[in-house]
Amino acid sequence: MEDKTTANLEKWCSGDGIQFVDEAAQAAYKRRTRRIADVIQLKVPDRVPVVPSFGMFPYLDNGLTCEEAVFDYQKADAAVMKTLAEFKPDMFLGSGYAFPAPLFEALGYRQLRWPGREIPTHYVYQFVEDEYIKAEEFYDHFLQDPSDFMLRRYLPRVCSNLAPLARIRPFAESFGYYLTMCGSYAYFGMPEVQQALKALMKAGEESLKWVSVLTEQAERILARGYPLYEGGESAAPYDLVGDWFRGTTGVMVDMYERPEQLLEVMEKLVPISIKMGLDLAADGNHPIVGFMLHKGADGFMSPRQFETFYWPPLRKVMMGLIEEGFVPLLLCEGGYTSRLETIADIPKGKCIYWFENVDWNKAKEILGDTACIRGGIPASILFSGTTRQLKDCIKERIDVVGKGGGYIVDCGLWFDEARHENVKTMVEFTRSYGVY
Amino acid sequence: MNEDLVTLISELKQKEAIEITEQRLKSGEDPLKILADGKKAMQIVGQRFSEGRYFIPDLVYSGKILEQVAERVKPGLAQVSDDRKIGKIVLGTVAGDLHDIGKNLVTFMLDVNGFAVYDLGIDVKPQVFVDKIKEIQPRVVGMSGFLTSVYQAMKDTVDAISAAGLRNEVKVMIGGGVMDEEVRKFAGADAYGQDAMAAVNLAKDWIGGA
Repeated sequence: MEDKTTANLEKWCSGDGIQFVDEAAQAAYKRRTRRIADVIQLKVPDRVPVVPSFGMFPYLDNGLTCEEAVFDYQKADAAVMKTLAEFKPDMFLGSGYAFPAPLFEALGYRQLRWPGREIPTHYVYQFVEDEYIKAEEFYDHFLQDPSDFMLRRYLPRVCSNLAPLARIRPFAESFGYYLTMCGSYAYFGMPEVQQALKALMKAGEESLKWVSVLTEQAERILARGYPLYEGGESAAPYDLVGDWFRGTTGVMVDMYERPEQLLEVMEKLVPISIKMGLDLAADGNHPIVGFMLHKGADGFMSPRQFETFYWPPLRKVMMGLIEEGFVPLLLCEGGYTSRLETIADIPKGKCIYWFENVDWNKAKEILGDTACIRGGIPASILFSGTTRQLKDCIKERIDVVGKGGGYIVDCGLWFDEARHENVKTMVEFTRSYGVY
Repeated sequence: MNEDLVTLISELKQKEAIEITEQRLKSGEDPLKILADGKKAMQIVGQRFSEGRYFIPDLVYSGKILEQVAERVKPGLAQVSDDRKIGKIVLGTVAGDLHDIGKNLVTFMLDVNGFAVYDLGIDVKPQVFVDKIKEIQPRVVGMSGFLTSVYQAMKDTVDAISAAGLRNEVKVMIGGGVMDEEVRKFAGADAYGQDAMAAVNLAKDWIGGA
């Protein structure tokens, strides 16, 4: 019997429903998706796929500032379509990395700083970490009612324009006309709450504009024969707690001071993370669900802490997706050599581990029979390395990690600054040297 | 008793460490002695970190315990003067970059290893580095960065130090998420360090020290 992963990958490879510009584009799409499906399932493909993880590179490379890219969706779209034609990658994100700054400005969002505002115009936006929610404000509230926590505590805290939403009554009390609506809905009549609702409406309009550009752009990318990059996103529960609410040091302290509550919250986040990934990927009609792992890297916790707090809930999320036929793609930020044995505990041919920094020989040795590996080309070499250096690096990776398939050439992070010729060399040299 | 506090902090026993601190204060002990025990404990933590027995969360948590101990002994608390330190280091996250977690860990580890650290914070312009170097006359400068966007800022900072005629006065080390040997060459720094311990070892090599 065909398993769900195979069925889902085959559906993706078929290209059914895509309006291709011509037969050559259709054939190219099928070659590219087949190549990716093969490396995921640990079969030997026709050649090593190359998928450059373009961060702000397409905009900078086409003469835009990062500021223009995040404020002008049309300009960002035009730039990425040029990048697509120039580099012909095996999968392509489009302009999804240029997040819509006006949406976040409408909310007064505190967790990002934008180019041309607080940081230089040619820099990528930056996430600003903090302990946004204290432990005593987080655990009990979240465990009791995650939606209420998000609406009345988290969003008012991280979006200055939504601060008044902290005043409304919990929606869990909205039973009916005489119990609540007559009285507690008065909060929605207060001018400051109405301003917050207007901010949400403005953010909604920006989101719709951005999504519309991306949806229409996705059709053009597919029509030209390029598979999209992924169907949706999910996350490791430990990162969700650390990134958005407690901060890196906050969640570290919680491992010592409230381990039970931390584990309980992460358990609650498992089904939420699975559903988020499944719903998005199903909408996107794509088998791959992306993860960006932030806080489980070498040194960021002890092996025992990794095996207690980080890996078990993450594995549950991965398994929830795998059981439905979707393929987790995990960008493992930082070093991951000490985690290899632990993360090898996953069914064969069902996921992609994308490393920034790892012992590549060891990674192949330990994970080679289990999972597809991606990455290996340092951002610094793309930025200032010579062609020779770059080719040597690609050759070494393909010889070792690409042996017998199961490897995708890429940088180990979303790169912004890089030399055009080097990125060109990365894709072209992989296309020739990577043939099996 | 004194050994107790050192052990409790270095074994990350927060509750007991605070209890002992309060008992010792109540019994009229010199707060500076308590603080000295705290510092001693941090050296043990730093040592265990360098041996790979402790990890970043252990550093963070021991730091938090020490902070709570220090809060309680505050009235008698005096800074260890710089002349008792083994050498001066100026460090910061380079211009345009707002990341501070890695840099803070480096500052922490250099501090517990006896260096006088002048942490300039985040988004530090080249001229600010230069001014501080002139003022403090450190032997070592550390630059942190987390984005490919700041490769150039690393180089600009080293260039500014050279233009001010200070390049031969200091050793420059770089570190951070996207940094490596290749960036060191590009920026014209003296060394790249992969983690906080590497920074300590580089500083010891350059300055000397225990």
